[in-house]
Amino acid sequence: MSLAIGLPAPREGLRRRLSDVLVRRRGLLLLLMLVPPLLWLGVVYLGSLFVFLAQSIFSIDEFSGTIVREPTLATLAELFSPANFDILLRTVAISAVVTLLCAVIGFPVAHYAARHAGPRAKAGFYLAVMMPLWSSYLVKVYGWKLLLAKEGAIGWFASHLGLGGALAWWLDLPVVGGPSLSVSYTGMVLVFTYLWLPFMILPVQAALERVPGSLIEAAGDLGASPGVAFRSVILPLAMPGVVAGAIFTFSLTLGDYIVPQIIGTSALVLGQAVYTLQGTAGNIPLAAAFSLVPILVMALFLTLAKKMGAFDAL
Amino acid sequence: MTRPSLALKIAALGGLAFLHVPLGFILLYCFTTEERSYAFPPPGFTLKWFGVVWGRADIWAAVGLSLQVACLATAIALVLGTLAAGALARARFFGREPVSLLFVLPIALPGIVTGIALRQAFGLMDMPFSFWTIVLGHATFCIVVVYNNAVARLRRLSPSLIEASMDLGADAFQTFRLVILPNVGTALLAGGMLAFALSFDEVIVTTFTAGQQSTLPIWMLSELIRPRQRPVTNVVAVLVIAVTFLPILAAYYLTREGEAVAGSGK
Repeated sequence: MSLAIGLPAPREGLRRRLSDVLVRRRGLLLLLMLVPPLLWLGVVYLGSLFVFLAQSIFSIDEFSGTIVREPTLATLAELFSPANFDILLRTVAISAVVTLLCAVIGFPVAHYAARHAGPRAKAGFYLAVMMPLWSSYLVKVYGWKLLLAKEGAIGWFASHLGLGGALAWWLDLPVVGGPSLSVSYTGMVLVFTYLWLPFMILPVQAALERVPGSLIEAAGDLGASPGVAFRSVILPLAMPGVVAGAIFTFSLTLGDYIVPQIIGTSALVLGQAVYTLQGTAGNIPLAAAFSLVPILVMALFLTLAKKMGAFDAL
Repeated sequence: MTRPSLALKIAALGGLAFLHVPLGFILLYCFTTEERSYAFPPPGFTLKWFGVVWGRADIWAAVGLSLQVACLATAIALVLGTLAAGALARARFFGREPVSLLFVLPIALPGIVTGIALRQAFGLMDMPFSFWTIVLGHATFCIVVVYNNAVARLRRLSPSLIEASMDLGADAFQTFRLVILPNVGTALLAGGMLAFALSFDEVIVTTFTAGQQSTLPIWMLSELIRPRQRPVTNVVAVLVIAVTFLPILAAYYLTREGEAVAGSGK
């Protein structure tokens, strides 16, 4: 501070003193900033999550339908009954397929926008990705209902392009098929992929934009063909972005109960099971037990993501 | 910038087309004369559904409620999310990792879990379902979006800028107003817009935290399950897309200029 002797004296006053306290005592500033959000997320949100999930160690009285508040593992064990375990496997499988499809469809879009598009095209890409993201979730589901319905556009185009046979063949397949696209796993996966695709494109694009051009030039100078440079330089550096996107696509699919209700088979997925259990069935303990599954799956996922540095790409 | 291969071009444009074709069909079905099925091609075209929407009070009430909820939830999220981002962007302290994980939890967890947990908590606290319970539910996950945007920008903001400002005699508040805020402002705006969009669109948490009121998504869900006049839903959908297009455009240009400013500070 001795250097400042020749300068005009700093303004004095309450504000200045407060400022000095905040600057000098970093811990206090940090505390003041953290307390309000922590009160909400740490106390209210985490608290209500805990209260809800803790009920998974209670059980339900089968005759009266009331919750028996005695610790038991019976409710958690119910998850492994064949019918319930099927629901879990089905949901995780659907989420995995959706995530994979989002990555495959989204990567070229993100790659083109990040590395090949000029400023104008980039603006166009950004808006083209943001527009569907901003449009209402239900409207998008509805749009697909229009397309997938038996009398709808996909069926019409398929039969007029001579692909009616291919569509019928696909619908005859055991797992992915069904009476029509709008009541099949194919339809459900398509709609999920469509809904969450922007959530994949944006982080991947952000990760790709951060790859320095000099790295790719260096790879080329060292003799790597564009393909090799892509595989050994661009792809590994884009992976955190893909994982960040996968957090969204996977988690959003795991918990959704509206799409399967509108487009999909009669077989339940996790979200629908939880919804019915907490609502009409009134079985909060089993609903809580079911809810633990996506949380454990996402905890595993997030731990892996953190290791890969995915949070910096969000 | 290098020349893309043809395959990449096709794949990228194909991906974009995939994102837009269903929206196009929603627009097309606004004008259909068929109101009971999704028959393609539409048997005839009419403009009458726009008039029908204009006269429907239930739609306008839902739009109004959704706008109010989204504004309030975004405002809460902006304050709390920015505070959290400011605390966690650079500081190192005990328990930092779990706390930063906590701030992405509401998005990482399925909405249905958040919804039921909040519903039960409101029940335990004897809070009747109202406008406020919807706002609180929405704010919970809106915080995450603001936090993510702000924390990313704050990490890129060079600490030497702040030190320089302090060395030149600015106090903490002046530094915040004149150095930090202009640098993160656009990130906050972008985060706020995303939060607004999330809230305006949210249906899963809302089904659990809303009482008798219906937000626009809740209105649409009921139309999807028990359709009355299908093209009316299409018209509402198209209006929503049209109304949100301008803010996205504005947000984009604001953030882009912000990137240039932040880049020059490095």
